[in-house]
Amino acid sequence: MRVPGVAWAFIAPALLVIGIFFLLPVAAGFALSLTDFDIYALADLRNLRFVGLDNYLHLLGAPLFWQALGNTLYFVVVGVPLSLGLSLGAALLLHARVARFTPFFRTALFAPVVTTLVAVAVVWRYLFQTRYGMVNYALGHIGIEPLDWLGDPRLAMPTIILLAVWKNFGYNMVIILANLQTIPEEVYEAARIDGASSFQQLVHITLPILWPTLMLVGILTTAGYFQLFAEPYVMTQGGPLRSTVSVLYFMYEEGFKWWNLGTASTAAVLLFALMFAVTWTFMRMTKREGTA
Amino acid sequence: MNRPFASVIVNGLLIGLTFVSLFPLLWMLSVSFMAAGEASTLPPPLLPNAPTFANYRELFERGGMLRYFTNSLLLATSVTLISLVFNAMAGYAFAKMHFAGQQRLFKVLIGTVIIPGQVAMMPLFLLLKQMGLVNTYGGVIVPAMAGVFGIFLVRQYALSIPDELLEAARMDGAGEFRIFASIILPLLAPILASLAIFTFLGCWNDFMWPLIVLTDAKLQTLPVALASLSREHAQDSEMMMAGSVVTVLPVLVVFLGLQKFYIRGLLAGSVKG
Repeated sequence: MRVPGVAWAFIAPALLVIGIFFLLPVAAGFALSLTDFDIYALADLRNLRFVGLDNYLHLLGAPLFWQALGNTLYFVVVGVPLSLGLSLGAALLLHARVARFTPFFRTALFAPVVTTLVAVAVVWRYLFQTRYGMVNYALGHIGIEPLDWLGDPRLAMPTIILLAVWKNFGYNMVIILANLQTIPEEVYEAARIDGASSFQQLVHITLPILWPTLMLVGILTTAGYFQLFAEPYVMTQGGPLRSTVSVLYFMYEEGFKWWNLGTASTAAVLLFALMFAVTWTFMRMTKREGTA
Repeated sequence: MNRPFASVIVNGLLIGLTFVSLFPLLWMLSVSFMAAGEASTLPPPLLPNAPTFANYRELFERGGMLRYFTNSLLLATSVTLISLVFNAMAGYAFAKMHFAGQQRLFKVLIGTVIIPGQVAMMPLFLLLKQMGLVNTYGGVIVPAMAGVFGIFLVRQYALSIPDELLEAARMDGAGEFRIFASIILPLLAPILASLAIFTFLGCWNDFMWPLIVLTDAKLQTLPVALASLSREHAQDSEMMMAGSVVTVLPVLVVFLGLQKFYIRGLLAGSVKG
C-alpha cells in the first residue's frame, strides 16, 4: 500500500464501532464491578461509590450466586458431552457408505440450529407439559407415569438440557462431517487389508484424525453453553426453587430488574473468569496429549 | 457386519434422529392451525380437526404481530447491510493493505473474541442511555454495526485475491475506493453472501440484548414479544404456536433457500479458526 492513510480509512469504521461499543464497555464493565452502581446512581451519578472487591466478596458469599454457578456448571458438564456425542454419532451415520438420502437427512438434522431459540423454547414448554404434553403421552405408552418436567426441581434442568442438545447438535455435526470427508479412502482401504474391523477403524483412524476438531468444537460449545439464558427465561423463569437460574439469568435480574449494575458486572466478570479458566485448561490438556 | 444389515441400522437411526429433529417443528405448525383449546385435550391430537387461521388472525389483528415482524425485519436487515459494508472494508484492508502495526492489531482483535459480550452489557446500556439510544432501533443497530467474526471471515477469504490484480488496477489510475467497489466486492461476493445470512439469522434470533434495550412494546422484536406473550397467554397453546411459526418460519425459509452459503460460512468460520 502506498498511502497508509487509505488503509486506516478502510479499517476506521469497523474499529470505531468495536472500540466504542465493545472494548470500551468491556473495560468499563471491569471498573463497574468495583463500584456500588445501583438505582440511585442511575438517577444521580454522585451516589456512585468505589467499593473495591466488596461486590466479589458479597457474591462469593451469596448462596444464590453459588446456586446459579452450580446450575450453569450442571448445564455445561452434562450438556456439552451429550451435544458433542450426538453430533459425532450423527456425523458418522451421515458419512457411512450405506447411508441413503444424506442431503435430506443432513438438512433435516441441521434445521433446529437455525430456528429461533425463544420460539422453540415455547414449543418445548407445551411438548413437556405435564397433563396434555406429547412427551408424557408417548411415555405413557411404555408405562411411565406422567412426569412434571418443568415443575420438578430435579427435572427442570435436564429438560432444558434436552432442548439445548436437540437445538445445537446439528451445528457441530456439519463441522465434524466436513472433517470426516477430508480423510482419504485409501487410509481405510489399507486398514481393511490389514484386517481391521469397522470398530477398530473408528478407534484407531477416525477418532485420532478428528481429535483436534472435536477439541475445537468442544471449546466453542462449552463457551456457548456457559451463556445459558433464554431457555430458563422462557421455560421456567429460573424456577422451580431456582433450580434453573443460570449465571446470566442471575446477572440479568440483578442488573436489569433490580438495577444493581455494579453487582451484575461482577457476576459477568466472574463468569468470564470461569470460562477463561475452563478454556485454558482444555487447551492445556490438548497440548499435553498432542506432545505425549 | 454384512451390508444389508448395516444399511438397515444406519438408515433406521438416521430416520429416527430426523423424526426427533423435525417432530417439534411439525407439531408446532400443526397446533398453530387448531381451534382454541383443541391441543389441551386427551389424547393430545396430532392434526387439527378443522384447520383454521384464527390464531394467526388474532395475533396479527389484535396481538400486534405485524408490528413485531416489521421490527425484526427492519433491525435484522439494517444490521446486516451496515455490518456487511464495515466488515468487508476492514477485512479487505487487513488482508491486502500493509500498514504499521497491522498484524498486531489483527491479533488483538482476534483475541477479544474470548470475552463474552455480557461483560460489556451493563456499561453499554449506560453508554447508549447517555446517547439517547435506549428504547430506539439504534440501541440494537449501532453496537452491531461491525464485528470481529465478520472481519475475520472476510480477511481469510480476501487473502486469496492476487496482488497483481490490485497492482494492475492501480496502474490504470483507479483510486482505492473505486478498486474496492468495482473489483474487490464482486470477488468477495460468495463470502459476503455467507456472512449476510449469518448476520441476518443471528440478529433475527437474538434475544438477550433486544430484551434489555427495547422495553417499549412498540419496538420489540419477535423473540422478545413472543417471550412476553408466552408469559401472559400461557394457556393459549394454539396461539403461542402460531406466534412461534411466525418467528421461526422466515429464518427456516432463508436457510433452506441459501443453505449452500450458510454451510460454507459456517465451515470457513470454524475450521480455519
